[in-house]
Amino acid sequence: MTRYSGLAIGLHWLVALLIFGTFGLGLYMTELPFSPDKLRLYSWHKTIGVSVFLLVLIRLGWRLWRRPPPPPPMARWQRVASHAVHHLLYGLMLAVPLSGWLMSSAKGFQTMWFGIVPLPDLLPASESVGDALARTHWFLNLALCGLVALHLLAALKHQFIDRDGLLGRMWPGRHGDTT
Amino acid sequence: MNTRIFFIAALLAAPLPASAEAYTAVDVEQSRIAFGFRQMGVSMQGRFGSFRAELDFDPARPESASATLEIELESFDAGVRDLNREVHGSQWFDTANHPVARFVSSSVTPLGESRYELAGDLTLKGTTRPLRTPVTVSIADGQVLFEGEFVLERLDYDIGTGAWRDTRVVANEVQVRFSLAALQVPE
Repeated sequence: MTRYSGLAIGLHWLVALLIFGTFGLGLYMTELPFSPDKLRLYSWHKTIGVSVFLLVLIRLGWRLWRRPPPPPPMARWQRVASHAVHHLLYGLMLAVPLSGWLMSSAKGFQTMWFGIVPLPDLLPASESVGDALARTHWFLNLALCGLVALHLLAALKHQFIDRDGLLGRMWPGRHGDTT
Repeated sequence: MNTRIFFIAALLAAPLPASAEAYTAVDVEQSRIAFGFRQMGVSMQGRFGSFRAELDFDPARPESASATLEIELESFDAGVRDLNREVHGSQWFDTANHPVARFVSSSVTPLGESRYELAGDLTLKGTTRPLRTPVTVSIADGQVLFEGEFVLERLDYDIGTGAWRDTRVVANEVQVRFSLAALQVPE
């Protein structure tokens, strides 16, 4: 079974790690009372979000340049579903940080990357727009959660039920093919 | 000779009547007190929506001008709900005990070309400290405009105590910009 390139595999797992981390951070920090710690965590959350956005752009560019390896044979509906889920995953991995950036602008906090690179404010400050974007950010996150769950379950099904070696294409290490 | 000395002494001793030219009516609607500071490296801007001022400014005798300014600290508006609420607390302005910031001028020094240095005392959260700021004065259409900008260090007045003392989270330096408009009181 042909595997993804090293860069694609590295980016996949790095982005996965960052998304899980910053999702948990997001859930935690929003519940905190207003404090210096809260501001520090928001700052990290935004830095990670911007990083995910940039890494996903690199992944997309790389993917266009180097096509993914062919998947193992499977039913047509599975190929279609997999295609759709991957498109949506890429879309949401860009839309979620973008909605956060927009929300930050509308709420009157400019987004900073690693505390030194300021991102331009995309919207003027407005309380109602900020609140609407907070809801948007949340719903996009729920959608991303659902898709990640589907993605994960499908990978597990291929690994443990179909035993077709699909996961090996994306598994890190030299002997990724575990079937 | 004696009468001449007496005349000068009388002139110096007598309270100077406000000249007809003096500007004493501050136009709050046309005035603005704004501030800027950095929070997590991000520039934040805001203003105080509610303040009042007493003023006596005679363009013929600018050195004898005086001003008193009172700012309602509850009217802090940085455009962010959480922040606007937070600054009322005891670690920040403690508006329940210190609702007003008060500036009382003590001297005006000409710097040339309609620029002056205004000195006075600022009382904020129970602390009174001397303050100096440059002021540019411009007069047009019967209105005088005083504009200036200075840096205030918030920790001098215990603004943001406890965990908020960390100036990497909220910078110590606060840029204050003011623009006060005043009119002559109609006779």
